[in-house]
Amino acid sequence: MSDQTTSGRVLAADGTPLKTSLARALRRQKLRALALIAPLLLFVLITFIAPIADMLFRSVENQIVVETLPQTVSALADWDPESGDTPGEDVYRALAADLKIAAKAKTHTRLGTRLNYELTGASSLFRKSGRQVKKMDLEGDASIKDAFIKIDKDWGKPDIWRTIQTYSPRYTNGYFLNAVDMQKGPDGPEARPENQQIYLMLFGRTLFMSLMITGSCILLGYPVAWILANLPARSANMLMILVLLPFWTSLLVRTSAWKVMLQQQGVINDVLVWLGLVGDDARLVMINNQFGTIVAMTHILLPFMILPMYSVMQTIQPTYLRAAKSLGATNWTAFWRVYFPQSVPGIGAGSILVFILSIGYYITPEIVGGNTGTFISNRIAYHISSSLNWGLAAALGAILLAVVLLLYYAYDKIVGIDNVKLGG
Amino acid sequence: MADTQSPGAFVEFERVQKSYDGENLVVKDLNLIMPKGEFLTMLGPSGSGKTTCLMMLAGFETATHGDIRLDGVSINNIPPHKRGIGMVFQNYALFPHMTVAENLSFPLEVRKIGKSEREQKVKRVLDMVQMGEFGGRRPAQLSGGQQQRIALARALVFEAELVLMDEPLGALDKQLREHMQFEIKRIADNLGITVVYVTHDQTEALTMSDRVAVFDDGRIQQLAPPDKLYEAPENSFVAQFIGENNTLEGVVKEIKGDTALVRLDDGELIDCKPVNVTQPGERTRVSIRPERVEYNKSRLHADAHTLKAEVLEFIYMGDIFRTRLRVAGNEDFIIKTRNAPDQVRLQPGTQIEIGWLPEDCRALDA
Repeated sequence: MSDQTTSGRVLAADGTPLKTSLARALRRQKLRALALIAPLLLFVLITFIAPIADMLFRSVENQIVVETLPQTVSALADWDPESGDTPGEDVYRALAADLKIAAKAKTHTRLGTRLNYELTGASSLFRKSGRQVKKMDLEGDASIKDAFIKIDKDWGKPDIWRTIQTYSPRYTNGYFLNAVDMQKGPDGPEARPENQQIYLMLFGRTLFMSLMITGSCILLGYPVAWILANLPARSANMLMILVLLPFWTSLLVRTSAWKVMLQQQGVINDVLVWLGLVGDDARLVMINNQFGTIVAMTHILLPFMILPMYSVMQTIQPTYLRAAKSLGATNWTAFWRVYFPQSVPGIGAGSILVFILSIGYYITPEIVGGNTGTFISNRIAYHISSSLNWGLAAALGAILLAVVLLLYYAYDKIVGIDNVKLGG
Repeated sequence: MADTQSPGAFVEFERVQKSYDGENLVVKDLNLIMPKGEFLTMLGPSGSGKTTCLMMLAGFETATHGDIRLDGVSINNIPPHKRGIGMVFQNYALFPHMTVAENLSFPLEVRKIGKSEREQKVKRVLDMVQMGEFGGRRPAQLSGGQQQRIALARALVFEAELVLMDEPLGALDKQLREHMQFEIKRIADNLGITVVYVTHDQTEALTMSDRVAVFDDGRIQQLAPPDKLYEAPENSFVAQFIGENNTLEGVVKEIKGDTALVRLDDGELIDCKPVNVTQPGERTRVSIRPERVEYNKSRLHADAHTLKAEVLEFIYMGDIFRTRLRVAGNEDFIIKTRNAPDQVRLQPGTQIEIGWLPEDCRALDA
């Protein structure tokens, strides 16, 4: 510490502070490291993170109403939806003007689709009105309001107006409310009618089934990992190939195989009937329900549990068990008090992998899930590809992502992520 | 089994054999009797069967044939956790997820000993290994020497009468190892426990043990106290393995009483003490310790036999000088001399004469 100045800062040989000097020396290394990861970073940014961010943004984005009906939205600002009356003539006039432009640009049907998520019937209402508004004469004295009510009597009810007003801001929390079975009411968010509630139940089912799958994987995987870790290398490699075999088979093939196995005219039911354990008229329902999904997904995700467990168990020396026994512990005590606690990091790593993989699983529940075994991801996929309600799909996806991050955080707090080992 | 017990035996191996593959014997016909309180070391190169013997005693390996008795009771069919034998493992095998105190109270817990008594015993044993302050630490927070002490304490805490140690000091550096040798010996003597200690380090074996069993090829080659082992090896393996040793090869010419005349391969005739040669014509290896060779004529005994030698190398080692000579065709003949003020430092190339007492020169098997 001969280079220490009176101020207590350590100086390098040339008099610059040592910290500055060190930072300069390390800068080249850091730049080189950055350059090495840059291609992958850019690739991930462009093809993965940016689209996901854009998709998630759709869960709050709501530009379409104000962009398609700018005059209507501003004219509607003064209208009190609580009055129970329809708005005044000026609002209808503004709507007619907006719709004339929208119909020419053919954007009115898109708006109809958007509002249809909130009010059933809005889609056909806008399509019909868009066709007929072209003939409307805005210069004359005839009531535009009456003309609209003539096109469709829904225009004479406050519902459509309330919907337009509620969804006129550029950003909305409507998709998120919808994703947790709520809707915007006159007094703020309110629960949806009971027969329309679905998403909370789906989230709950997804979490429950993922836990079941993780639990089954632990129960089935632990003994296998134990054997793998304690066999001589040759036989362990052989067994490892058997464990990895499912990895090399197509996911669809494995799932379809379970369909063949579990269906009512399938292998297992046939065997049970042949053995006389189950009556021919009382074949077990094991597929297209939760049971089938759990069985198939446990099978598919099992390697993800076994591999981290195995790599942790490999590092546990057999002398620990010997030591425990020499100290007077029975086989079970030696295992439970000495071996098991040391294998917990492997269980943790495997559980995180399996749980996070299963919580977002799509293909297997789609094929074998039926009605009671589907996951939230199947609903997201439905909104992406069938109902085209991307905003809702994005909101559901965002909630799913948040739940996973939250669980990960909780796990870190309780178990500690440092205790998770994927190897060595 | 008590009727076959030898008097005074605490640990007894009787005609024990062990084979792993059914073709080769790792331990061949082992017989060993240990009295209570003895510190016995099993010494040998790796693969000599010493660790297998220890594992059979601990119960982790089963004897293929023969009987192992502890305090007169055959323990062949008693599982390890019921044998009540303390054991110190090579890499300590301290449980990493438990603190030091938890490690030490583990054997007491499984014996269902009450909490207050447990704490008392743990404290006492920690004090004994001078680690009283460290009960709350994890093994990973301790140095190698400290871990070693804890491993020792854990083997002692449940008051086992027999403690096995499997190369317990192998992972320590030289200085610490020497210190721990002394510590282990002191504790073992104080407690009066019986210790079976396995090592491949002969210094360790010589400094610590009451008796040393030298293993090779699945057999005990010699079982003797350290001084006997060093000064009177019974065969050439023991002579080679324990300490440094010079070997000259030749043929026995004649044996008269306790003197054998050996003709070395270069024609020289020397007097030796016959150890395991019995008749003329037998090939023999003659063994002489480096420190028993004298080249200062004035100090040589009158009837000492002398041989011509050429100095090849002189190495200064501080407390001693180590000189390599060519003697009777052997270019690896070493002599060791104390670094005394009047000691001559031999220059390479010098021709000298060396000699020794006939009883220091032992004719062993070839």
